[in-house]
Amino acid sequence: MHEVKRRYVVPGDKIAEGNFRPLMNVIKSGNALIATRIGIAETGRDGVKVIPLSGVYIPRVNDLVIGKIIDHSSLSWEVDINSCFSAHLPAQDVFGRDFSPARDDMTKHFAIGDMITARIIAFDRTRDPMLTVQDRDLGKIPRGELLRISATRVPRLIGKRGSMIQTIEQATETRVLIGQNGIVVVTGRSPEGVNLAVRAIVMVEEEAHTSNLTQRIKGLLNVPDTQPPQERGPLIAGATKPAEIESTIDEVEEELEVEGEK
Amino acid sequence: MTQIRNLIDENGKRIDGRGADELRTVKITVGAVKNADGSAFIEFGKNKILAAVYGPREVHPKHMALPDRCVLRCRYHMVPFSTDTRKNPAPSRREIEISKVMRESLEPALMLQDYPRAAIDVFVEVLQSDGGSRCAGITAASVALADAGISMHDLVASCAAGKVDNRIVLDINDEEDKEGQADMPVAYMPRLEQVTLLQLDGRLAPEQFDECLEKAIGGCKMVYEIQKQALMQRYFGNETELREEVQ
Repeated sequence: MHEVKRRYVVPGDKIAEGNFRPLMNVIKSGNALIATRIGIAETGRDGVKVIPLSGVYIPRVNDLVIGKIIDHSSLSWEVDINSCFSAHLPAQDVFGRDFSPARDDMTKHFAIGDMITARIIAFDRTRDPMLTVQDRDLGKIPRGELLRISATRVPRLIGKRGSMIQTIEQATETRVLIGQNGIVVVTGRSPEGVNLAVRAIVMVEEEAHTSNLTQRIKGLLNVPDTQPPQERGPLIAGATKPAEIESTIDEVEEELEVEGEK
Repeated sequence: MTQIRNLIDENGKRIDGRGADELRTVKITVGAVKNADGSAFIEFGKNKILAAVYGPREVHPKHMALPDRCVLRCRYHMVPFSTDTRKNPAPSRREIEISKVMRESLEPALMLQDYPRAAIDVFVEVLQSDGGSRCAGITAASVALADAGISMHDLVASCAAGKVDNRIVLDINDEEDKEGQADMPVAYMPRLEQVTLLQLDGRLAPEQFDECLEKAIGGCKMVYEIQKQALMQRYFGNETELREEVQ
């Protein structure tokens, strides 16, 4: 009775009936559990959730995001994190407790237009999200090719235990930094490698909901395939091959660690 | 009311050949506008309507933002070439009214409290108009909102019914609207069984009103299926079987 059941849903669809706990993007209406977004519904032991397939980025605490400094007051920087809320990075976070607006020059650290990697430390929807850069690999991004993808595609780009992004990085000799908010920075020695990585990432975004994607990415990157090459499937080809769908969904749902390091 | 010709012939067929309970052809394409967060293009009879949704995004001007929920802003607009005589592109009294009723018919379906201090903008452009463009606009806007990934209780489907030649018919077209006796646009959330828009232009006896409303709700349910199908098609291709269950 504990296997996870999955199906495609649109808003208003009944996922299940009975004593389930509504988790992500699910509401309980009477005895029925109703999806509130388009996506893949999962009925598991702990409850019912819908993994959304579209939507803008809504910040969550502990998310690693890539943002752009758009302004600063005397006490904090304002950061555009590709969401409907602009985030704040308090100056004390950078300068320490004894920060003094009179003494310390904030522009020394981050100027307007700088890109930064940061973690969301507080956000409760009544106030704008608060950021920190006090962690390993957080802070200013000196160089790189910037890309913007849909935040719902981020898990797919990372892949199961980072498989997809590792494939891209190794094949193109680049480093790919992914923010949970859908901002991606690609750095590498050769411009060709960076271009190729960018093409691969764009392809992942466009074809995120198809199966066999890893194979096609490998084809694009000329990585020798360990598995026998499979035919390019039609959209959601997976539906005809349940095993593949499973892997697609697993990759989507993977609770991801967005790697800053590598 | 003087009527020049019959809108329903002796066989019970209407001027465009439909029966009393027949919908015009409805076709919805999801994701027609790439720049938008969500979009839909609907062809509802001769209506051709584009709906685009932006958001949730920052509210400008900032003072419009609400602390506890999201602001929904709707704009219904007819392009100058949508009618046979040029339509002045400035928002008319009618367009302002439709923008308002459209917002009010979509609001109950959205979980606006999920996005406080933000705004969702819905743009509906009528490219070619026929009767029932507000219904088609609401239908398209609701699909576009779902495409934008905004949390919703249910999709809003909309369809009109009315009185033509003393008979209650479904889905009034332009001529029937102009020459008929009554037009009743209805927007409906089929899962919740709630009506979110109910307007009436014309006169109906109480029993005719009931029949008309019932018919319109039936039409909404048909439209609802088309909406769901369009979304499924866009996101999951033809494989609707997977809707069943994969274990």
